[in-house]
Amino acid sequence: MIQMKNVYKKYPNGIVALNGLNVEIDQGEFVYVVGPSGAGKSTFIKMMYREERPTSGQMFVDGIDLATLKNKKVPMLRRQMGVVFQDFKLLPRLNVYENVAFALEVIEESPSRIRERVLDVLDMVGLKHKARMFPTELSGGEAQRVSIARSIVNKPKVVIADEPTGNLDPETAWDIMNLFEKINATGTTILMATHNKEIVNTIRHRVIAIEGGLIVRDVDGGDYGYES
Amino acid sequence: MKARTLWRHFRESLKSLGRNGWMTFASVSAVTVTLLLVGVFVLIMMNLNKVADDLENDVEMKVFVSLETDEARKQSIEETIVDIPEVESAVYSTKEEELADLVLDFGNELDLFQQNNPLFDVFYVKASNPQQTGNVAAEIAEIENIEKVEYGKGKIEKLFNFLNAGRNVGLVLILALLFTAMFLISNTIRITIVARRREIEIMKLVGATNWFVRVPFILEGMWLGLLGSIIPIGLVAALYYNTLEFIQPKLSGELFQLLDFTPFIYQVGGLILLMGVFIGVWGSFMSIRKFLRV
Repeated sequence: MIQMKNVYKKYPNGIVALNGLNVEIDQGEFVYVVGPSGAGKSTFIKMMYREERPTSGQMFVDGIDLATLKNKKVPMLRRQMGVVFQDFKLLPRLNVYENVAFALEVIEESPSRIRERVLDVLDMVGLKHKARMFPTELSGGEAQRVSIARSIVNKPKVVIADEPTGNLDPETAWDIMNLFEKINATGTTILMATHNKEIVNTIRHRVIAIEGGLIVRDVDGGDYGYES
Repeated sequence: MKARTLWRHFRESLKSLGRNGWMTFASVSAVTVTLLLVGVFVLIMMNLNKVADDLENDVEMKVFVSLETDEARKQSIEETIVDIPEVESAVYSTKEEELADLVLDFGNELDLFQQNNPLFDVFYVKASNPQQTGNVAAEIAEIENIEKVEYGKGKIEKLFNFLNAGRNVGLVLILALLFTAMFLISNTIRITIVARRREIEIMKLVGATNWFVRVPFILEGMWLGLLGSIIPIGLVAALYYNTLEFIQPKLSGELFQLLDFTPFIYQVGGLILLMGVFIGVWGSFMSIRKFLRV
């Protein structure tokens, strides 16, 4: 699903974020990405959806070569994946239904199909009854569930989540994790950057630790490994 | 792009105009003022051009044939003149015809010249390009048996210089005005784009193409340009109508005329509309460019 070979990333200001990183992630895996701030975790995540481009090295996501992918083709890549952020990134002037439908409108899906899919995923995240509410009327957990619904509405093979529980209280964070588990159970690959020690140590999955732009630890069912 | 998507962009762009009410008002006013000025300039320029053309086409040389020339020689002079490449036409007029013209203009007191006509036989010569008149005159003056060539020397050159300068100045002013309007629209759109930065970012994250993001803003720019061109078109038409009402009667019998109201005003109106749309579209196109690099 995801292959990186000797990926090296240097920013224009001279900072080396990734220093020859190698990794392979299979379809259907659930992977935590951990590590101290500023270790290259964010860059690693951003590279998945081509927000950042490798300076050198090879990188494939779902067979697409990201090192040579033209800017014009980036939208096609992003339609194959879902992205979830710490700050939800919902549009405040659209209601819950519209926020989710937005992802399908953008790719010019037919209205009847949009309706069907949006109601499906809202049901799955348990927010069908709040479809007409606006993001400002939702709790943090609900907002994050909407953003997860949006990320999976076009049935991506992989969901990239950057600290999805970072802004949530512990109890809500568990709800969100259950949701990711559910999505993973349908065969979707999940790549999740997190600082949440408790979650990583309880719901065991493969853990990749990044430090100094390199993977320093890669253990199936490993623990968080840092003091929180 | 599907029709449904286009329709969606359409609605989005109109909604955005309403949401950004004051900014919309500000840029529409800016476009209005600019296009009004441009419109007035175009009126003046096009008429200046027309007057210049009329005057130019009226420029002719009067070629005096010396008295002792015989008929055969006159014939060959005419051929020589017509053979000059820059000459459009040469009309021969005998001294008797010349006198008859004078009598017509100044009355019968001149009749006494009938006995002893002091006038010359002349050719009325027009250059195919009026700006060449001076050169052609010099060339004709070289021909044997030509007494002199008259063509309002000096005055004509000054007129041409003045008209050319007028055209250039007008063109520069119009371009400067258009540039200013484009800059204003581009700034307005930039503000609405900054306000919707997050939306653009999210659109791109869920896989929207650049065109999908761009089209609503470009349409919005188009509306700004269209709205901004309505008042100028009306005012320019009214202004020109009244000017013609006032000036046209005074110009009857003059060598030059202003352009007729129609179809001229349709052309100017269309031009203003096109310029409005162009600066709107181009302005928003320019300002959205850097926001698409997500």
